[in-house]
Amino acid sequence: MKQRGILVRDFSHYYGENRSLNNINLDVYRNEILGIIGPARSGKSTFLACLNRLNDLIPGSRVEGKIVVDDQDIYGPEVDVVALRRKLGMVFATPVPLPLTIYENIVFGVRLLGKNNRPELDEIVEDSLEKAGLWAEVKDRLHTSALKLSGGQQQRLCIARVLALKPQYIMLDEPTSGLDPISTMKIEDSLRTLKKDYTIILVTNNTKQAARVADRTAFFLMGELVEIDETRVVFTRPSDKRTEAYLEGKFG
Amino acid sequence: MTRLEKNDRLVRLGLLMIALSAISVLAIITLFIFEQGTPIMFRYGFKSFLLGQDWYPSEKSFGLLPMIVGSLMVTFGALIIGVPLGLASAIFLTEFSHRRLTRILKPVIELLAGIPSVVYGFIGLMFLVPFIRDNFGGPGLSVLAASLILGIMILPTVISIAIDSIRAVPDSYREGSIALGATRWQTVRMVVLPAARSGIIAGIILGMGRAIGETMAVIMVAGNAADIPGSILAPVRTLTSNIALEMAYASGEHREALFATGVILFIIIMILNTIANVTSTRQRKK
Repeated sequence: MKQRGILVRDFSHYYGENRSLNNINLDVYRNEILGIIGPARSGKSTFLACLNRLNDLIPGSRVEGKIVVDDQDIYGPEVDVVALRRKLGMVFATPVPLPLTIYENIVFGVRLLGKNNRPELDEIVEDSLEKAGLWAEVKDRLHTSALKLSGGQQQRLCIARVLALKPQYIMLDEPTSGLDPISTMKIEDSLRTLKKDYTIILVTNNTKQAARVADRTAFFLMGELVEIDETRVVFTRPSDKRTEAYLEGKFG
Repeated sequence: MTRLEKNDRLVRLGLLMIALSAISVLAIITLFIFEQGTPIMFRYGFKSFLLGQDWYPSEKSFGLLPMIVGSLMVTFGALIIGVPLGLASAIFLTEFSHRRLTRILKPVIELLAGIPSVVYGFIGLMFLVPFIRDNFGGPGLSVLAASLILGIMILPTVISIAIDSIRAVPDSYREGSIALGATRWQTVRMVVLPAARSGIIAGIILGMGRAIGETMAVIMVAGNAADIPGSILAPVRTLTSNIALEMAYASGEHREALFATGVILFIIIMILNTIANVTSTRQRKK
């Protein structure tokens, strides 16, 4: 049996009166890539935001039920939200490098921890960029603005930036939705490599991407978890009619 | 040419004339000031104007240095007071306050800009000047009083431009920073303010232009002695005050020297405005 990292139990989320997630139950295993698919407004992104409590930023956000990450109830009273967000690194759909240099983007979160030792930072920068598959392309211009990178490079920079924080989980919210096929391929390659050291949750609009990289796939629809299983099973013998219909492109 | 095309041309011509008339007013003012002010500067030499310390118009001594220093001191003082206050208010109103509170407070702050400067001067004279005299010494009419009043007067400019440029920073920057484990304040300090920097600087420079050009309120609280002030509690005379105080009775070379004061003021303000324009266009290009 694989080790469980995240447990979600009877979890619901509300924006004011609207229920955006309804009674979700699922586990995330360590060192797997869990793909989450589903049409727009199915609650996929909200689910990610709930895992690292970015939903706290939205006024009127409210939760019920439990999410346990590494044996800690993350909605409990003693949770250090900042530490939680470092543990569950997040990569957004639109790559948003901060308006700083490539180098400073990577060390941004590290510096917040008070680390300022130059050789150590240099090492973190190289290591993170290497893992994100970007080092070779940018090693000669680390101190130029990150905003000058191409879209695909920016997205890998955002992945590197998350890796620099040494998280245990990486959550990606449609990371390739704005990218060309080659950039997409590079990111998917990075994800397969990263799986060795990290647990990855990949929200994607592109069902084929889930089929390509995810070990298991969860299908969300209108705030509900319709099914979750081995990717192979979900794509070949889905147990729910709605999953089948979505995968066949009957709605989306 | 059809009738519509003719109309179009007429409208264009009319608008062009109106636009030109606005610009020509500016041009005429500029020409007039320079025409009146520069001959005397050539006659006595720029150096004696810019560096002369004695302003005795009746004895043909036209040193403007005390007023130049006075204007700069008062303006700088206004910035020391107005910028931290203004920036703090802008950060609070954009990043930390409740949206509804901001909706009430922002117009109130902008209302500050609508109060006539003589009212500021009056309040300064009634409350601030005696307060300084009783608590810090000196005549009360001082660099400090003028700086405080001007610092408050530039607040609306600094605050509303800072608010606009902080709001222009995309939310995705904030989200990204917070997702990396930054707190709200760290996000503001390390991401939002640097991203909004050029807009904020433009706002400060516009506020500075306002401070250096303000006349009435300064005359009322500054004491207006034409000497280089020895401390912030000493009275001071600015370039604008110099013109406003003496123009009514000046004639001959005295009058020309006041225009020369205007020329120098004009040049200082042009420099500030140019800097403001350059920094704000750089912001837009990003």
